[in-house]
Amino acid sequence: MSATAPATDTAESTARTRALLTTPDTRRRRTDRTMQVLIWAAFVLAMTPLVSLVWTVLSNGAARMSMDFLTLSMRNIFGGDPSGGIYHAIMGTLVITGVAALISVPVGILTAIYLVEYGKGALARAVTFFIDVMTGIPSIVAGLFAISLFTLILGPAVRMGIIGAVALSVLMIPVVVRSCEEMLKLVPNDLREASYALGVPKWLTIVKVVLRTSVAGLTTGVLLAVARVIGETAPLLVTVGVTDSINVNPTDGRMMTLPVFIYRQYMQGTATCPGGESATCVPDIAMQSAWGAALVLIVMVLALNLVGRLVNRWFAPTLR
Amino acid sequence: MERHVKLSRFPRAGSVVAVGALALTLAACGSDPEADTGSGGSTDSGETSSLSGELSGGGASSQEAAMEAWRAGFQTANPDATVNYDPVGSGGGRTGFGDGSYAFAGSDAALEDDEMAAAEAQCGEGGVIEFPGYVSPVAVAFNLPGIDTLNMKPDVIAGIFTGEITAWDDEAIAADNPDADLPSTDITVVHRSDESGTTENFQEYLAAAAPDAWTYDVSGVWPVKGFESAQGTSGVVSAVEAGEGSITYADASQVGQLGTVAVGVGDEFVPYSAEAAAEVVAQSPRTEGTADSVYSIDLKRDLPGTYPIVLVSYSLACGTYADESTAELVKGFMTYLVSEEGQQAAADTAGSAPLSADIREAVLPSIEAISAG
Amino acid sequence: MFRWIAVGAGVLILAVLAAVALFLLQQAWPALTAGSDELAAAVPRFPEGTSFLGFVGPLVFGTLLAAALALGLATPVAMGIALFISHYAPRRLAQVLGYLVDLLAAVPSVIYGLWGISVLGPAALPLWEWLNRYLGWFPLFAGDVSSASRAMATVAVVLAVMILPIITAVSREVFLQTPKLHEEAALALGATRWEVVRTAVLPFGRSGVISAAMLGLGRALGETMAVLMILSPGFLYSFKILAGAQQQTIAAYIAADFPEASGLAVNMLIATGLVLFVITLAVNMLARGIVARRKDFSGAN
Repeated sequence: MSATAPATDTAESTARTRALLTTPDTRRRRTDRTMQVLIWAAFVLAMTPLVSLVWTVLSNGAARMSMDFLTLSMRNIFGGDPSGGIYHAIMGTLVITGVAALISVPVGILTAIYLVEYGKGALARAVTFFIDVMTGIPSIVAGLFAISLFTLILGPAVRMGIIGAVALSVLMIPVVVRSCEEMLKLVPNDLREASYALGVPKWLTIVKVVLRTSVAGLTTGVLLAVARVIGETAPLLVTVGVTDSINVNPTDGRMMTLPVFIYRQYMQGTATCPGGESATCVPDIAMQSAWGAALVLIVMVLALNLVGRLVNRWFAPTLR
Repeated sequence: MERHVKLSRFPRAGSVVAVGALALTLAACGSDPEADTGSGGSTDSGETSSLSGELSGGGASSQEAAMEAWRAGFQTANPDATVNYDPVGSGGGRTGFGDGSYAFAGSDAALEDDEMAAAEAQCGEGGVIEFPGYVSPVAVAFNLPGIDTLNMKPDVIAGIFTGEITAWDDEAIAADNPDADLPSTDITVVHRSDESGTTENFQEYLAAAAPDAWTYDVSGVWPVKGFESAQGTSGVVSAVEAGEGSITYADASQVGQLGTVAVGVGDEFVPYSAEAAAEVVAQSPRTEGTADSVYSIDLKRDLPGTYPIVLVSYSLACGTYADESTAELVKGFMTYLVSEEGQQAAADTAGSAPLSADIREAVLPSIEAISAG
Repeated sequence: MFRWIAVGAGVLILAVLAAVALFLLQQAWPALTAGSDELAAAVPRFPEGTSFLGFVGPLVFGTLLAAALALGLATPVAMGIALFISHYAPRRLAQVLGYLVDLLAAVPSVIYGLWGISVLGPAALPLWEWLNRYLGWFPLFAGDVSSASRAMATVAVVLAVMILPIITAVSREVFLQTPKLHEEAALALGATRWEVVRTAVLPFGRSGVISAAMLGLGRALGETMAVLMILSPGFLYSFKILAGAQQQTIAAYIAADFPEASGLAVNMLIATGLVLFVITLAVNMLARGIVARRKDFSGAN
């Protein structure tokens, strides 16, 4: 826009610019459209497996559901016998995940407090970095770690629920730290300073103000972390062993868990029925039980996710 | 970043109570199935001595299906007793038995001399009891629509499983099956991807019956590379069911609707049956030079009229145990295991070939002599 | 006092990580130092005359191949979803859709395995046969198609679905961080929506997407159950992803053989686990290193 340019040039260039801006450029428009379609397609593509998976589990698993299936164990059930259920696996999953949570939650929350409230310098940086690294530990390696540890203490061929719980904690701690850290960071500094101004010591401020404010977020973080490890199979496969009776004592002998139960049933294959298929002998009962247990497991995981999100949405402090 | 915060309305105690209540409800309503039948008040057999306590064994996973039947039968008769069996593999079972972590064990092979020495040291003066408690025929199963059975000589089977014979209408197969309408489909060999006694046994058979065609070392892992594989018996069976023209070897009880091979023994072809498989064990001679309580057999692969591909899996126990209750439990469990009833239960569930009366007579005395010492 | 408890928890985590490495090393040591004859005697799968590295080599190859394929499939789709949620979807829906994608991460891997073998495998078989018939000259698609779809290709698709959410979540965060001014400047210049994405969002998010992909890679490397349940394993250096019995991954190998291993074979399995641990550690540290260099996109501030 030099001032010396003739007036006609200005008019011409204005017209050109207007043309450029208003006439639809078909090529650019088409690219834009194509990309929009592709991006929508990517989303639909990603939803297909989710829908297909949920539908498969629902339709295959619903047939196996009954009160017996949920409240009986597999003790003395073998072959194609369609009675028996997954109660022992449900309890095993609850106990092992519960113990894992008992170990991970205090450690996780305390570490998060350390990082947010106290953490400065090389140690804090190292902890942050290695927590990130720890989230990437393959679950089977966590299982191997736990079994190596207990083998060293208790000798070979030891299998108990607590070993599985330790393996799960290795996977769970970093998740708890990560999400709790984010939640604690959300608590505004004004609150802390107000508390200090009233002469409250730092530790009491953390307990009474910071934790109290973020309790909903912490609950969400913990629930999501539990949901993350409750379906872990590989570490339990190498640490906990299998049983078909109810065992709720994590320090005594083998336990069954839902994921391992699913895998074992899947591996079992077709049962032999000498008299053909009947009410007491169903050849593909193992696969049906696998789907049934899968349904229970997926419901547990989705419920934990849902409750976790709802807790945060309903009870979270309103930040505006 | 102006943020105003209301303190959380979340009732902390509430969630804990809710979770606890959920757990309690669940805990209150579950049970092992037998508790229900027990409350019915009827104990079906009056003469069962009520053994109690927990017994742990482990070993070959091939015995697992049969073991489920045995445990169920034994636990039904003795409601206070619990028997555990870890399918840790034959090697793990023998090791565990040798170092005393298992009171009894299952193994797809008889104990070697050094293992026997370790086991004898562990068992003490009562010595080791060993007998072929579980005999399972291994079928060569294939998926060809419309064909239920094919005759194959050992050389032909070895040829297929080494990859020498690659099509179903190969002359070698056709020669023994003049009536079959063989397609020109390629043969897909499926083998076990995990280490297994079935694999080892099948190779032993090939090495014994077709030594010229099968030159690989026998081991629990399939030696020929490049074939399809799947984990476990159920894995190979479902892989064969899914793929037309595939062939595998698998525990006979699991092959379902697949076609099976009638195996050439001498000049005849013997289709798989539990009876023909039991026969090969009954006719094979007992290994000599062992203790009275050890009944291992020297399996012969060429006895006329018998089905030669069988997996002989041994049960291991001690003659003496440190404490009374373990000794009683092992004695009761092993007695049930070799009994006609127990063997039939295994045959129904796992398709095994029941033990012959002769072998039962031979091993029962040592089992009945199990005591605390 | 309270302070030291908190510090202690932080230190405990470092100690746990060190313990993981130490115990694995301690248990792996017998296998690492044993001669190849000893290993061949104890581990039935171990071919005679190979060294430990010679044995682990094909497993490492299989692991990397599976993860790379999954990553190749998942990254473009994940970027698409991330853009969809950050820039294309109706604002109200975006958050809900984000949750839906996160749900994919919540599904336990054993259920993915079950689904992969009974639904995806049969469904994908015609596609694999088609690829093999018409593109069989391409090394990846060569060989005989696994008749039960128990091939690396099926595994790669399942793994891709499993790592989709993590790549999406991180990329989405980065894309949302694009300075509004950049986008508005592009719009003011008359750019279409795609041009805004291409000129403003993607360049800004590049390193974020790279590190997201590497996190996904880390996840795919360690995934066990889906591989264990679907793949027909083999121990070859083979690129044939449609054929069965070609590759095996470390994680699936451990899970398959561990329950029946005893003695030196256990040490051997733990040693291969150690190899996997080192690989994933390296990948994750690299990814976190990239993320750490751009601190500014961590969600909370």
